[in-house]
Amino acid sequence: MTKGGIFPAIIGTFYLTIGSSLIALPLGVASAIYLSEYAREGWLLRLIRLGIQNLAGVPSVVFGLYGLALFVVFLGFGVSILAGSLTLGFLILPTVIGASEEAFRQVPSTFREASLALGATKFQTICRVVLPSAMPGVLTGSILGIGRAAGETAPIMFTAATFYTKHLPTSPLDQVMALPYHIYVLATSGTHIDQTRPLQYGTVLVLISLVLGINIFAIIIRTRMRRKKTW
Amino acid sequence: MVATSDIVIEVRDLDFYYGDMKALRGVSLNIKRNQVTALIGPSGCGKSTFLRLLNRMNDLIPGTRVEGQVVFEGKNLYDEDVNPVDIRRRIGMVFQKPNPFPKSIFNNVAYGPRLNGIKDKKRLDELVVRSLKQAAIWEEVKNSLDKSALSLSGGQQQRLCIARALAMAPEVLLMDEPTSALDPIATSRIEELVEALKKDYPVVIVTHNMQQAARVSDDTAFFYMGEMVEMGNTERLFTKPEKQQTEQYITGRFG
Repeated sequence: MTKGGIFPAIIGTFYLTIGSSLIALPLGVASAIYLSEYAREGWLLRLIRLGIQNLAGVPSVVFGLYGLALFVVFLGFGVSILAGSLTLGFLILPTVIGASEEAFRQVPSTFREASLALGATKFQTICRVVLPSAMPGVLTGSILGIGRAAGETAPIMFTAATFYTKHLPTSPLDQVMALPYHIYVLATSGTHIDQTRPLQYGTVLVLISLVLGINIFAIIIRTRMRRKKTW
Repeated sequence: MVATSDIVIEVRDLDFYYGDMKALRGVSLNIKRNQVTALIGPSGCGKSTFLRLLNRMNDLIPGTRVEGQVVFEGKNLYDEDVNPVDIRRRIGMVFQKPNPFPKSIFNNVAYGPRLNGIKDKKRLDELVVRSLKQAAIWEEVKNSLDKSALSLSGGQQQRLCIARALAMAPEVLLMDEPTSALDPIATSRIEELVEALKKDYPVVIVTHNMQQAARVSDDTAFFYMGEMVEMGNTERLFTKPEKQQTEQYITGRFG
């Protein structure tokens, strides 16, 4: 446990983060477009919103077990990057939907009106005016959610992470090491605590720096957006 | 009497409801070619609602209902088989507050043509330049077409919005109080522009400002409480109004 470094774990976390974004962003933005631009106000919409809000509050270990049951076992993806990305993606989906809906709400209705008056269809208006105007907001909120996903242990414990491997993953169906799980392993399973403890805190530092980096990135986007936005 | 071919839009017995509230009652009037038609009346009289019925913008408000006919080029705009998107491409609109997109000046004007599927860079260039010239803003922006439209002044933004509407080569141009958010100098530039545009586009302009109606329009319609009280030649309407309500309004006794 003291040799080999944490490069495979960094790479694993990187893949899981990218994978979960690829799942949560398109799905989340599409859901937000439906909710804010198409859905009619009513009991159904209220129910869906309530569901999303509650989903955001579900403990991450529950998502982990859900992922184990659905992706790993039922769909047969096994313990893999794919199953882990899907699980993490679902975990941050409510955050992405919330951030995107808020961003769409902030696009002035005069933009929509101007576009429709020029003979754009609703769909064209969303693609060409609403989405580009809302994009910085969508990204900021989503990246913050993704930062959270990068540090989660419970959802990947059963779905993606492996105890130890020397190999880098070669396919989405491979298991990977991941930073948060590696920390857990170092902290709980070591037999030479005096030797693994420095590694454990070293890994913590790397993980925290990574999450901090992601959040700073989000803040930079937000600041730029505020400077540009004059409506 | 005017010949039928001089009429571009003929409105017959138009009723309009917001939910249960009847906002327009039995409005009938004609919009003529090569003319500016002004719609005047106190706030809430239905003049803006009426304007938005001419390009089916009120369809976007849930719970509204239309009865009667708006005949444009021989076809009732409210027939079942009419696509409102089509109508809005053919009848342009300029709003009360300038509403350029948060895009470059060029992309604002090119927005409409691109909707029509024009991708060729040279044709887009031509259209953008022509529209900006028509809207009398070319000289001010020709060196900054890549700059954000939001960096322009309010008056410039409004002329840009006019250019954006003209780029669609509309058959009619609707303007909903286009100068109410502008200062007097910017206002007079828009008024000059309206005057110049009418030879190519019939213009229907809603205005709060009676002097403006008198300055720019050929025909004026006076709306009050959801009804069209009187319509006629602008000079005649302002000097010899036939209805008492019209006279009271234009002499400033109410409104």
